[in-house]
Amino acid sequence: MIRDFTLADLWLVVQGLWATLALSGVAFAGGGLAGLGVALARTSNIRTLRWGAGVFIDFFQGTPMLLQLFLVFYGLPVFGLKLNVWVAAAIGLTLHAGAYLGEIWRGGIQAVPRGQVEAASALGLPYGVRMRYVVLPQALRMSFAPTVGFLVQLIKGTSLAAIIGFVELSRSGQLLSSVTYKPLLAFGLIAACYFVICFPLSRYSARLERRFAAPA
Amino acid sequence: MTYTFDFSVLLPHWEQFAQGCLLTLRLSAISVLVGLAVGLMTVLGKRSSNAALNWIAQSYIELTRNTPFLVQVLFIFFGLPSLGVSLTPNTAAVLALSLNLGAFSAEIIRTGIESVPRGQFEAGAALGLSRFQTFRHIVLKPALRTIYPSLAGQFVMLLLTTSIVSSISAEELTSVAQNIDSLTFRSFEVYIVAAMLYLAMSLLFSTAFKAIDRLFFTYPMK
Repeated sequence: MIRDFTLADLWLVVQGLWATLALSGVAFAGGGLAGLGVALARTSNIRTLRWGAGVFIDFFQGTPMLLQLFLVFYGLPVFGLKLNVWVAAAIGLTLHAGAYLGEIWRGGIQAVPRGQVEAASALGLPYGVRMRYVVLPQALRMSFAPTVGFLVQLIKGTSLAAIIGFVELSRSGQLLSSVTYKPLLAFGLIAACYFVICFPLSRYSARLERRFAAPA
Repeated sequence: MTYTFDFSVLLPHWEQFAQGCLLTLRLSAISVLVGLAVGLMTVLGKRSSNAALNWIAQSYIELTRNTPFLVQVLFIFFGLPSLGVSLTPNTAAVLALSLNLGAFSAEIIRTGIESVPRGQFEAGAALGLSRFQTFRHIVLKPALRTIYPSLAGQFVMLLLTTSIVSSISAEELTSVAQNIDSLTFRSFEVYIVAAMLYLAMSLLFSTAFKAIDRLFFTYPMK
């Protein structure tokens, strides 16, 4: 049925917006944890760990995010897990974010001057303490700008969950466009929603980048 | 785990997979060419002294970079017809991909040009070179060297992004995979194969781009 925009349609957009933010939040938090593990594995002294993390990163950076979501969505039932688009989307995005954040933070860890690690070792600090109090604080500070940059990419990436049927902002847009038959307005509105979230973050990231690029 | 993998049912479809890869590569190649042209024009717009052009270029860049590609595709494919511009899925895909790459490459190219110190331009002028000669012989290579790695990264990214245009059923690897999926009902296997094909293509290209970087953009430069 073709009809005009109503208040209920706006409600659909608000719900979609909420789902997008929730999914982004979950994926960023989960991806942050996974990414920390990946970054530590990638920089560890154990060869197998380094190799494993490398393969993980290459896979997620070398395949389309959409296919990653498909694999989780169709793969979960294979491992006997009950199908739920929310869970599938969250897992897929978490793994994706883990690989990218892991690679960003690896760069950060390796950019910490060697002398810092050596000094910490000379003081007899074990690996955990050394990482927690010496290396990671500096590494994460250095990679803060690209991390925010990736958050923007992740928020935009959550739109792909629409293709496996999760109702978030983009899916609301598709629904809205098909009931009102005003695709220009529907997708324009949805694009504006994303823009309002992503633009300030992009600006923030760019400002951080300039600040870190400036000579100290 | 009770699931038994069966890749053998996909074997008769190998030609379709190969065809899908070719379609993806073709779509990517066309979009890279058009996208770079769009990117260059955008940089010209951003560097011009015309305020209106500046504003248009800047808005285009920000709008494209801060909205999801999926929404851009849907907007172009479903939205534009109501303005009287009807596009086939393939044309809409090329348009969306090119506009997307245009915005990202514009930022990369601009940083490259700005990374060349002013003194270089001034030295060119002092030597009596024309603006074009300065650009051609002094600015171009160092600028290219700065932007090449990021640009190559964008190309690989675009190759992966093409999978999203399957949502408007443009012809490429993911939509081919979806077709095979609906024929064989072996979703997991189909998408594993498709993912591996994408992985192979992106690794191939990032390796090739790195080789080009070593050959042409490393000192001493020819």
